[in-house]
Amino acid sequence: MEKSKVTLKIKRFNPEVDKTPHWENYAIEVEPTDRILDGLNYIKWYQDGTLSFRRSCAHGICGSDAMRINGRNRLACKVLFKEMGATISVEPIAGLPVLKDLIVDMELFMEHYRAVLPYLINDDPPPPTERYQSPADRARFDDTTKCILCACCTTSCPSFWAKEDYLGPAAIVQAHRFIFDSRDQAADKRLEILSDSDGVWRCRTIFNCTDACPRNIEVTRAIGEVKQEMLFRKM
Amino acid sequence: MIGESIVRQAAARKSYRGNLFELYAWFFMRVSGVILGIIVLAHLMYQHFGTPGVAGIKWDTIVGRWTDPQMGTAWRIFDLILLIFAFTHGSNGVRYVLEDYVPDRAWRTLLKTLLFLVYLILLLAGSYIIFSFKTAI
Repeated sequence: MEKSKVTLKIKRFNPEVDKTPHWENYAIEVEPTDRILDGLNYIKWYQDGTLSFRRSCAHGICGSDAMRINGRNRLACKVLFKEMGATISVEPIAGLPVLKDLIVDMELFMEHYRAVLPYLINDDPPPPTERYQSPADRARFDDTTKCILCACCTTSCPSFWAKEDYLGPAAIVQAHRFIFDSRDQAADKRLEILSDSDGVWRCRTIFNCTDACPRNIEVTRAIGEVKQEMLFRKM
Repeated sequence: MIGESIVRQAAARKSYRGNLFELYAWFFMRVSGVILGIIVLAHLMYQHFGTPGVAGIKWDTIVGRWTDPQMGTAWRIFDLILLIFAFTHGSNGVRYVLEDYVPDRAWRTLLKTLLFLVYLILLLAGSYIIFSFKTAI
């Protein structure tokens, strides 16, 4: 396949030297079917070894290489050069502290994730076999099981940018996954946590999260279902 | 097994504790949004497109409606509903903006208090005028 020249415009930040981040351009040759991640690897391996970014599986399932590419949050391993044009801007995801170049501190994100009790809670004695669930009950929360915690949604959310205490779409998606699980017994507890003004009520239905999700989860719908569930339990 | 879990879910559906103000504010915004969609459109139609039309509207037009022997009370009630829903819906929207964009707690509390006072005074003044208005032309 024929190679073409593209420019990767990358937002660099080295905390030991820089006061503020700055843009740097890298000219590389790529095949149209190369991924942005291939371009970043090429730069790191052959042009500038100081470029820092996270990547692990490189197949869109670990969620490490979330970054803002051409102004939109995506996984660098799921975007091809042919989809992006000749000049491509790459920045760290917004709203979390930048540690270096494209690497952000995910601790706040993980703290919000842990806050919604993202694990099965069931005090009944374990049955001799599995805890059975009908296909219909399983389908109820199928969409939100697809989350890989890449933070694309939360860091695309203006409400989260405005107030970092907001739990954020990713945490609510994880709560949704257990609130609507028929095997789980702690929905009330999670709804109580999410009923805080920094819980679901900080969501203004902007839909950036749904646009950003690389797993195509209908994030805003999931948040809406949680709000609805709160209402139904109170009516 | 499955039947059991559904029964347990229904039992667990009773309630959760937590902040209810935001829940009801959210629900009010949805309901009032639908109602406003209808009554604001009606208001727009009779105020701007009906007779006498936007250019012909004068003090007398409104006074004439409010003091009409048959329809006067209905007009006043309609305008009161419009006032309450539009003003509450809008003020709560401003409150959302303050919640989102004023990070300092003291400032936020101050501005929200001011907003509430302005809301209350104007709502009471508006309602008072709607009910107490007596001038005949």
